[in-house]
Amino acid sequence: MRNYEVTFIVDPVLSGDEVKSTVQTYKEMLTNEGAGIVNVEDMGLRQLAYPINKRSTGFYYCIEFAAEQVGFIGKMELALKRDERIMRYLTVALDKYGAKYNEDKRNGKIGKRPPVVKEKGNPYSAPVAVAAPKVIAAPEIIAEEE
Amino acid sequence: MATQDEIKFLSNPNIGAKKKKYCRFKKFGLKYVDYKDDTFLIQFVNEQGKLLPRRLTGNSLKYQKRVATAVKRARHLAILPYMTDLLK
Repeated sequence: MRNYEVTFIVDPVLSGDEVKSTVQTYKEMLTNEGAGIVNVEDMGLRQLAYPINKRSTGFYYCIEFAAEQVGFIGKMELALKRDERIMRYLTVALDKYGAKYNEDKRNGKIGKRPPVVKEKGNPYSAPVAVAAPKVIAAPEIIAEEE
Repeated sequence: MATQDEIKFLSNPNIGAKKKKYCRFKKFGLKYVDYKDDTFLIQFVNEQGKLLPRRLTGNSLKYQKRVATAVKRARHLAILPYMTDLLK
């Protein structure tokens, strides 16, 4: 049993119900093929980094599923390709770390990035921490000179 | 005035010293590079959206390859641009 993940961008011109029904069709397709849906992540309306089909935004959805036999993935990708409501799609096989990462993300262990990064001593936050005492020290020196 | 014993260096010896680079994935125990996390991946590309070399990021070969795959996947999904100016 392996976990897979299919991410796709739905056309933003569609109404909210049409977007939901689009996602529902692919969820049903996966369950009909015997795959267990682990999670459906709605990443919301996002700005695209470059225009696709003359659209500059899109609804991002990510469906994680677990399956034993994966012959249906080709079929699903063909359906995604032929679907005019879908702008882009990408199917990825997750390794054990990827599956764990997604699980942690769902449980809220990942995603609160700024506090976690500071605790771990990320190189990008380190200079800020070093600079802080200097700022405090500077007024004292000025006070002595006066 | 500092005495002769206190003066060890005429200039600060730390200036110009090279800071040792390290692989942040190994150091912080990150095992998976998420292709959907644009704020994280942006650290590994330059202003034009090109991948930075290992020479600059300090990543180990294993994770540099994974970063490269993740960036390429993100580009396909329009999470990161293929090419641009003033990304950062």
